[in-house]
Amino acid sequence: MVHGLEWTTKDLFVYPNEFIYWSIQIVMYPYMTGLVAGAFVLSSLYHVFGQKDLKDMARFSLVFSLALLPVALMPLMFHLQQPLRGINVMMTPHFTSAIAAFGIVFSTYGLIVVSEIWFVYREYFANQVRVLEGRPEGGGLKLLGYRLLAMGAYDTSDAALAKDHKAVKILAGVGIPVACFLHGYAGFIFGSVKANALWMSPLMPVIFIMSAVVSGIALCMLTYIVIMEWKKLTTSLARGRGDTSVQAIGGVEIDVITKASRYLLGFLVAAITLEILDLVFRGYTAMKSWDILRSVMYGKDFLNIFVLQYGLGNLVPFFLLLLGRLTIRRTLLALVLILFGVFMMRWNVVIGGQAFSLSFAGYMHYHLPLLPHSLETYKEGLLGALTVAATPFVLFWLINKVVPSLRYE
Amino acid sequence: MASSRRQFLKKALAGTLAGALPLSALRFVSPAEARASIGNAATRWVFLVDTTRCVGCGFCVRACKRENEVPYDVPVSRTWVERYVVTRDGVTRADSPNAGRDGFTDPRIRGESIPNEAITKAFFVPKLCNQCETPACVQVCPVGATYQTNDGVVLVDRSWCIGCGYCIMACPYGVRFFHPVHKVAEKCNFCYHRITKGLETACVAACPFGARRIGNLRNEADPVTRTIMTERVAVLKDEYGTKPQVYYIGLDERVR
Ligand code: SF4
Ligand code: SF4
Repeated sequence: MVHGLEWTTKDLFVYPNEFIYWSIQIVMYPYMTGLVAGAFVLSSLYHVFGQKDLKDMARFSLVFSLALLPVALMPLMFHLQQPLRGINVMMTPHFTSAIAAFGIVFSTYGLIVVSEIWFVYREYFANQVRVLEGRPEGGGLKLLGYRLLAMGAYDTSDAALAKDHKAVKILAGVGIPVACFLHGYAGFIFGSVKANALWMSPLMPVIFIMSAVVSGIALCMLTYIVIMEWKKLTTSLARGRGDTSVQAIGGVEIDVITKASRYLLGFLVAAITLEILDLVFRGYTAMKSWDILRSVMYGKDFLNIFVLQYGLGNLVPFFLLLLGRLTIRRTLLALVLILFGVFMMRWNVVIGGQAFSLSFAGYMHYHLPLLPHSLETYKEGLLGALTVAATPFVLFWLINKVVPSLRYE
Repeated sequence: MASSRRQFLKKALAGTLAGALPLSALRFVSPAEARASIGNAATRWVFLVDTTRCVGCGFCVRACKRENEVPYDVPVSRTWVERYVVTRDGVTRADSPNAGRDGFTDPRIRGESIPNEAITKAFFVPKLCNQCETPACVQVCPVGATYQTNDGVVLVDRSWCIGCGYCIMACPYGVRFFHPVHKVAEKCNFCYHRITKGLETACVAACPFGARRIGNLRNEADPVTRTIMTERVAVLKDEYGTKPQVYYIGLDERVR
């Protein structure tokens, strides 16, 4: 079976070898990478710029960005025709290729996140070891685990902790440009394809970074709300609705969310401005390709681009967040819409970019495989995408068992 | 039990560096790179297509599929033939059913019949990989599985390609696809296994009308080279800066 035949239909004059080769997983790839970068930037707002109001959220987003990290690789592995050879990229990096840098940028970034988390939690590890050692029945496996994690650094004097904080600050500071680079170059992968009239734009990396930060912040806020609501629910079940601790949780929640949503709004404005600038610029300069681009943007993809992405995904949540007296429910709706909007942006770039033929005289349509009937239709279909989307939550649950990021004092 | 923090940090840093070093020092030479040295600089393979001679019989497409083991009944092909029909009202219609493999025996284009008297111009254009001088496909391949030989032909190393499809996206001519059996990037390579043995490519050998020819640009006596140097020839999509090396006689502005 020819790759792409399964989900591509052609219209008018399209070259024989043209198919939608980059399918849903290549939509997921920048989407997930963007979430990683965005979550990290959110946590750095506190660590580097001292935005104290975000303290709770910052620790949580840092751990969440670690859970998202391996998931940025998943779509690529799902998409490669020869996934077992993925390591070849590390063995023979070919530096004229934007993808070749991925392994290097990605591992650098991973190292930064892991070390930052270590410094944030070192005190906790040391304390855990002490507590477990003190137990008469012995600490068992758990003790061994925390001993390994502490790596021999048990000093929890004030001076030592101050050094930890400094290290966190430096790592978070270095991490911001690396996170932006990680995502910016994901935009570069597309922006540098000169054969593709839609992708070819120097603005692509910047647009990607902005929308990445937007989606990362939105996802962290969303997950934070869900977890806090869950806590509220369990606490009120245990202690009754009117208990003060329930109200305290609710109070903290809305406080953090209101503050975070201000940053979200700022980045959202930047992201939309850049995208519209790109659109206006293309129309104004009207290169040879503009005819076909226009027919796709204002014709075939109008619903996807202007209704779903800009309208439902940007404009509506923008006003939802802007209206005074934010409620959790309204924020929740806005966040879901924002996440959807950023996903649609990735979709419109990746799939929209392949919607027209290189002949400029024909179109291709992508039909997402819903029910898999082969490995390929699983991997590059709805189920594959959902697998990728669900993984970070499973990972977060696991990681959170070791480094609790949502302890509520 | 507590080792000093400073010491620990030092050790950790040293360990990280030591771990990172081999990664960069260790540079495997891929089979692709080793083989990229083949071919010699006294040769630069080029192709000449005479659109005025092509009748759209599709012999070349069939021969290519057989020669290069691209499954016969799949809709992808290393080379294909396009048909262009221009009508009085200035509209251009083009098609390439089944890559033109079975010729163009049906006068209808995508189901539409065009009366003969409405047609002002009709012609066929064979297409194949342009073996570009600065190939976009080679530039973007993250592992160097797509590479250019000294004699100008761009090859794909089937044992090294990871199947990412970046090269397919980067080629402005849409000549690349995934091989349905080998699951790696695939395209025309000027029948490299034949031309390096002094044979013609399968499509050149199969064309009964001499519409396709292959030559060596470095050899001034080569008739193909003489034509390229002295006659009006054109290349496809020059604007991408890939410097294609398939030259066309009788190229029309409508051909893309
Ligand atoms: S025509 Fe396409 S595949 Fe062939 S060398 Fe040029 S860019 Fe590469
Ligand atoms: S599909 Fe293969 S040849 Fe093409 S860019 Fe990817 S690794 Fe290179």
